[in-house]
Amino acid sequence: MATAHDLSPAAKAKLDAEFTELYRAHLRDVYSYSYYRVGNHHDAEDLTEQTFLQAYRHFERAQRESDGRPLRPWLIRIAHNLAANYYRDRSRKPQTPIDDAGVLSAPLSTETLVEDRDDLRRILECVQQLPDDRREALIMRFALGMDNREIARALGRTDGATKVLLHRAVRQLEEQVKLAEGPSEP
Amino acid sequence: MSERAVDFELMLRQALAPIEPPEELQARLEQTLGSLVEAAAEELESWELSAISDPKNWPHIGRPAAAVVVGGTAAVGLVLVRTQRHRHRRRAQSANVVDLAARTLRDTGREARRLFDELR
Repeated sequence: MATAHDLSPAAKAKLDAEFTELYRAHLRDVYSYSYYRVGNHHDAEDLTEQTFLQAYRHFERAQRESDGRPLRPWLIRIAHNLAANYYRDRSRKPQTPIDDAGVLSAPLSTETLVEDRDDLRRILECVQQLPDDRREALIMRFALGMDNREIARALGRTDGATKVLLHRAVRQLEEQVKLAEGPSEP
Repeated sequence: MSERAVDFELMLRQALAPIEPPEELQARLEQTLGSLVEAAAEELESWELSAISDPKNWPHIGRPAAAVVVGGTAAVGLVLVRTQRHRHRRRAQSANVVDLAARTLRDTGREARRLFDELR
């Protein structure tokens, strides 16, 4: 079986060009995923860096085995595994509240917008309280815009199981947000 | 899907907005990946040059055996040193990691050819 070492210089250069393309196309995805997993920019940067280094090492094989399918789920799976190790090694969970994300640092001027901002913050806090698999599925769907099939590949589940997982995650989150808002006024 | 569910998903999408990676991270990553590509290219250079110094490969290379023997290991080392000498210039001139890898390979080939001409 051919390895990256057995490649001709031209093939190696082509492989590197394709990796650069993958890196540029998905740096934001990997960073966003990492950020919402670990809850702060510093560790998100580390996780993103480690993800691309791992990906670079195994890129040739992943490409060979992908049969032309997009490699984003594979990249996110690497980040997912590294994030799991990160928690295991340091025995910690995602930090709550999450650092100011892009949406929370946007300039706001009216009272309505401030209320919206509070709503979004509450949602983010509730996302952090979800079970790991549900939280991850939501991050992949809503932060990265991945479809069911991509999420299924990233999580190593069937398409059907992923659809159910997403549905339950949204419902649970909605209930938690409602609870966090407190009783509605009469 | 109910209107409420649609609204909630819309808010969820806003709450989980994609995060732009910091510019320092991009610069650091490109530098790290660039070094890796260069290291891989250098590894390839060593492999190619050691293949040249192996007598079993001479018929394929089509060079007179005597000429290669004269150079031997020293030639391998010399090409590497010459190629390494331009490493910083290549890095400065490269637009990206691929460009850097291509430049490294081109420089290696050029130095190897030049050395063979000198040895002939």
